[in-house]
Amino acid sequence: MQDYASTLNKTSYQEVAPVPHRFPKMEVENISKVYSGKGKQLLTVLQNINIKIFSREFICLVGTSGCGKSTLLNIIAGLLAPSAGEILIDGQSVTGRPGSDRGMVFQGYTLYPWLTVAQNVAFGLQFQGMSKGDQRDQVNYFLNVVGLENFANNYPRQLSGGMKQRVAIARALANEPAVLLMDEPFGALDAQTKEQMQEFLLDLWEKTHMTVLMITHDVEEAIYLSQRIYVLGVGQVKGEIPICLPTHRELSIKLSPEFIDIKRQVMSTMRQHH
Amino acid sequence: MLESISTVPVSVEPIKRKYSYLSTSTFWSIRQGFPKRLSLVLVAMSLVIPLAIWTIVSTLQLVTPTFLPTPLAVISAGITMFAENNLWGDVLASCSRVLVGFLLAALIGVPMGLAMGTFYSMDSLFSPLVGTVRYMPITGFVPLIIIWAGLDEPSKILIITLGVVLYNVIMVADAVKFIPNEMINVAYTMGASRWDVLWKVIVPATFPSVLDTLRVNISGAWNFVVIAELLAAQNGLGFKIIQAQRFLQTDKVLFCIALIGVIGLGLDYALKWLSKVLTPWADQVRH
Ligand SMILES: Nc1ncnc2c1ncn2[C@@H]1O[C@H](COP(=O)(O)OP(=O)(O)OP(=O)(O)O)[C@@H](O)[C@H]1O
Ligand SMILES: [Mg+2]
Repeated sequence: MQDYASTLNKTSYQEVAPVPHRFPKMEVENISKVYSGKGKQLLTVLQNINIKIFSREFICLVGTSGCGKSTLLNIIAGLLAPSAGEILIDGQSVTGRPGSDRGMVFQGYTLYPWLTVAQNVAFGLQFQGMSKGDQRDQVNYFLNVVGLENFANNYPRQLSGGMKQRVAIARALANEPAVLLMDEPFGALDAQTKEQMQEFLLDLWEKTHMTVLMITHDVEEAIYLSQRIYVLGVGQVKGEIPICLPTHRELSIKLSPEFIDIKRQVMSTMRQHH
Repeated sequence: MLESISTVPVSVEPIKRKYSYLSTSTFWSIRQGFPKRLSLVLVAMSLVIPLAIWTIVSTLQLVTPTFLPTPLAVISAGITMFAENNLWGDVLASCSRVLVGFLLAALIGVPMGLAMGTFYSMDSLFSPLVGTVRYMPITGFVPLIIIWAGLDEPSKILIITLGVVLYNVIMVADAVKFIPNEMINVAYTMGASRWDVLWKVIVPATFPSVLDTLRVNISGAWNFVVIAELLAAQNGLGFKIIQAQRFLQTDKVLFCIALIGVIGLGLDYALKWLSKVLTPWADQVRH
């Protein structure tokens, strides 16, 4: 812990003064998405979605399969144009324009197989005009954070699934995005590795206080990790549930009565019909 | 007593259900491993049996020797050609034509394929042309090419380049389309521009397929060099073949054809080795 505190001073996370909580870091304003289906048919996937995320919050978006979670996250990342609505970062519109302010971790493994782990993590840094030396320091720091400093020179195919996803997270974090977006990052992992990764992610969040928006269909994962949960129904926000649990959480919290109460609440919101 | 305990139903008929199982087979194994020994035996057989049939048929003179010379006759014809007819010069001439024509086809075809696979605009712009011309036989263009470019080296190189370039374009463009969207999207979320994505994602991601494409299409270049030399040339392996045919020297014809095969095989191995050296990260795809 002491180690981290001293090394953390290097990064901008600590240098940023605490932002007053009244201004959201990111706003999703009235986002709608309509796909044109077969013939003249229109398929409304998202309808008037409104989400606010404040600085240093960890937000989860839960919902059943096919309800439009990935579509929404891709719109937020700027990778997909919405049919209507705006995405604001610090009050600035970034709709339809992807950029290094919104880092993304996908469900599948999107590491570049022709680059080593260290080169993968450094990928975004070269576009910021960072000097080689600074790049190396940044890469080493974030590989340390995800505990993969010994694999810096390995190729992705030599890593396990969980390790690959840790590299992907390190790669996204190394760019120091305003918001980290994650689309079911642990969906492809086994239950045990998944819990390890959840513990790791929460630990990482506590240390770096990054702002995170994560998609999952695992309700327990969402409650364990986040401060607030948005429940997405078929194209609509069905509810917003604050998670009133201590900020520092152990995995065993998943068995506590408070946790189970929240889980019941989330599940019933998910089942509600509009 | 015991009888009364075992009143639990024992004589229940087991449900008869037929399952199907995979029968074991070594010879017809599909991705279940194959003994190295058997593989070597089969390789040897594939070479030895045709050679043996050829030897038997030709030495017993079941076919007129003019039509089918013996393997020994072919080899000695080859030795004579190397010693007296300057066959090295022909090999060199053909090889340099293939090299120049193929390099041109690669220099034009690979960037064009990358552009077409990457940008919708380039795809829309070029694919009608590429798609139509692809079905036109290059041999049909040969008279035109000779009228336009004459009988000298440029026309031969043009035949090779035109023959191969469209295959390069199509195969490289396809390789680009196999890159997962997410690999490109994740680069955008790290601040990459489209130019960065082209050079830092698309080019390296397709590099192994580009090498494979070139390796496959170089055999096409050998086809076209022979066509070009059959028509108008003073040297080259194709020229030697047509010259030998005029004098019914089937042994020389066969030797030249075999020589082209051997050169092609050598090139194939060299390019395979090259791609293994240049893309060590991709070796999980290959065996
Ligand atoms: N390009 C497209 N054209 C038409 N419909 C689409 C397209 N992409 C997604 N959809 C539809 O949008 C809906 C939402 O898809 P999306 O991938 O966002 O779901 P999801 O919530 O992420 O599901 P999962 O949990 O399974 O990943 C689906 O019904 C899907 O069929
Ligand atoms: Mg999804």
